[in-house]
Amino acid sequence: MRGAEIVIQCLREQGVEVVFGYPGGAILPLYDALYGAREVLRHVLPTHEQHGAHAADGYARASGKIGVCLATSGPGATNLVTGIAASFMDSIPVVYITANIPRAKRGSDSFQEADIWGITMSITKHSVVVASARSLARELREAFFIAREGRPGPVLVDIPKDVLEEADDTYTFLDQDALEAWYRENRFLRQKGELFFQRQNRFLDEGALDSIAHTLSTAKRPVILAGGGVIRGKACDALREVMHRLDAPVASTLMGITAIPYFDRHFLGMAGMHGTRGANAALQKCDVLLAVGTRFSDRTLMNAQRFAPHAHVIHIDIDRAEINKTVSSYLHVTADARAILEPLAQRLPFIHRPVWWQTPAMDQQGEAWTPSHIMTAMARMAQYEGIVVTDVGQHQMWVAQAYPFIHPGQMITSGGSGTMGYGLGGAIGAQLAQPDALVTLVTGDGSFLMNQAELTTVARERLPIIIVVMDNRALGMVRQWQSLFYDGRHMATGLSGIPDYEKLAAAYGMEGSYVSNMEAFCRAYQQAVEERRSALILCRIDPDEMVRPMVRPQGSLESYILESREES
Amino acid sequence: MEKYTLSVLVYNQPGALARVASLFSRRGFNIESLAVGTTNMEGISRMTIRILATVQIVEQMVAQIQKLMSVIVVQVLPQGQEVSRELLLIKVACDQSSREAVARIVDIFRARIIDVSRGSMTIEITGEEDKNSAFIEMLQDYGIIEMARTGMVALERGVASISNVL
Repeated sequence: MRGAEIVIQCLREQGVEVVFGYPGGAILPLYDALYGAREVLRHVLPTHEQHGAHAADGYARASGKIGVCLATSGPGATNLVTGIAASFMDSIPVVYITANIPRAKRGSDSFQEADIWGITMSITKHSVVVASARSLARELREAFFIAREGRPGPVLVDIPKDVLEEADDTYTFLDQDALEAWYRENRFLRQKGELFFQRQNRFLDEGALDSIAHTLSTAKRPVILAGGGVIRGKACDALREVMHRLDAPVASTLMGITAIPYFDRHFLGMAGMHGTRGANAALQKCDVLLAVGTRFSDRTLMNAQRFAPHAHVIHIDIDRAEINKTVSSYLHVTADARAILEPLAQRLPFIHRPVWWQTPAMDQQGEAWTPSHIMTAMARMAQYEGIVVTDVGQHQMWVAQAYPFIHPGQMITSGGSGTMGYGLGGAIGAQLAQPDALVTLVTGDGSFLMNQAELTTVARERLPIIIVVMDNRALGMVRQWQSLFYDGRHMATGLSGIPDYEKLAAAYGMEGSYVSNMEAFCRAYQQAVEERRSALILCRIDPDEMVRPMVRPQGSLESYILESREES
Repeated sequence: MEKYTLSVLVYNQPGALARVASLFSRRGFNIESLAVGTTNMEGISRMTIRILATVQIVEQMVAQIQKLMSVIVVQVLPQGQEVSRELLLIKVACDQSSREAVARIVDIFRARIIDVSRGSMTIEITGEEDKNSAFIEMLQDYGIIEMARTGMVALERGVASISNVL
């Protein structure tokens, strides 16, 4: 069997159904094998490798499976870099497969050669250059295992073209059981067992659990901080149980939004730079903080020294390296969130306490033309179902603050990396992962201009993605900082409303419309929802609109530079 | 800040060293010295890393290194419980008039002369970092032509072994 065929078989072993990829010279042998497998393996062609990477990432987030993205050598591979970094920062399991020039030419600066292994070393969980067709199956199986186990993350497998062409007769297809057995017997992976198999709860320390339960149940004002690990670790139910027993409020990080339904009276919303007043105040006042599946990003903490000053911090995270990295913990456990929260909940008494926290007003009533009203209206029309993907900037914060999510995993966003241009690729991946779900991309005109070429993919694949652009003719978030910190010297943040988006949409056979009031917006959105078709809706908003509230950079969580709209 | 010695067992895979080294620069950790060599176990190399850091930073370093797939185990050698050596090769300028004096210093430090020419002398010395540094200091006056240090290697005293964890 040729190397390229082994790659296809390995993807099938893993149950891969969709791959995103862009062909080119070095990867031609693999595409020839894909041709043979086109009945069983769906290949989706983006217009640019970066967005293919985002699509594979969005697919992984929306499906809970491992995303797969292919690219050719040189520029094909380097175009993946931004996507790989986004997967890495948000711990998303994606296997990136690149082809490279033949082994004999390696290092000779030959055509379309790039050392993608070296380039991506610090933004991958692991990466390999495959040495021969014989080692190909092992490397790919390991790649999938590494991507998903422990703290998930992207893995890069770089395959020289002649390895794809080389024949190897030792390969045998492994079914599910055989594959699991293969993983158990793999020495390389077994060495890492301590990291990987914590999921199975084998190392659970009963004493540590008892101390945590004791600290929590004797706390006067306990607060829970939910991170992305709660959602990825499918621990939302367990977290809710802990929350109810303790009668404690829950704040979330950007990645932890959707861990708790927005309408729960315990849910404080997002904490941090643009966090709700209720969430930030609770963190600063609590005496015990239970932080689960979060790495305490600087956008959540703002100032690590002034963060939760009165709290004993209990930190639960799957990655040992996150413990005590930025916030020193009083108690900590390195483990999968669900593996800890389920037995922890059983150890907690039912406590009833007077409400000392402030829940934000999530459901904006009325017809006012503000970003938060737009979010509320959208959620109502979507009947609170479906997935919202965002790009990066002001609109992303508006979604995080005001879109009332009720199911885990409903929001997909590039958090840690903050990748403008993530959204449309991410939405394509999400829609392919959940073909029946309503997928809405909420973006800004700046982010959308970075990825709008992917409308081609949306049209070609007939994906019913609704694109809502918060159109302020500006790079709003950067402009906001220029307004606040640079005396309003707005440099390079005006976009002047080019192009004509109605015509742009028409060019792709999509309905495009500019709307500037709630009635027109609702008509356009509702129609697209009912007809299950893609649409491009431009919400004209004021370029001076800011994301509120906002905490002063480096300040404590309660030193606001901007109050929220209701308070100002 | 104190000096710590980390021992790291890694698989002999291409790039294993690059991965550990790049981690140090990416995370902003400072390396004083780094030495790598094979071990008695096939396919496994040992890295010895000397760092100047606080306890918190060391804890963070260990956790980050441990995460790398090519790393089998990381150990911070217990302070005061380690034996450490470094090899230094040093070429000193010397002629007839200074050769005797340099040879005396070599004797005092229990070093070894391994090459002599009319204008130079090459000396080998093994010892702890401090001793080697003092030796270099003593030879400054004669003119150092070039030198190479291996970086420190270290083991824990007694019967204990890092490979016990395997």
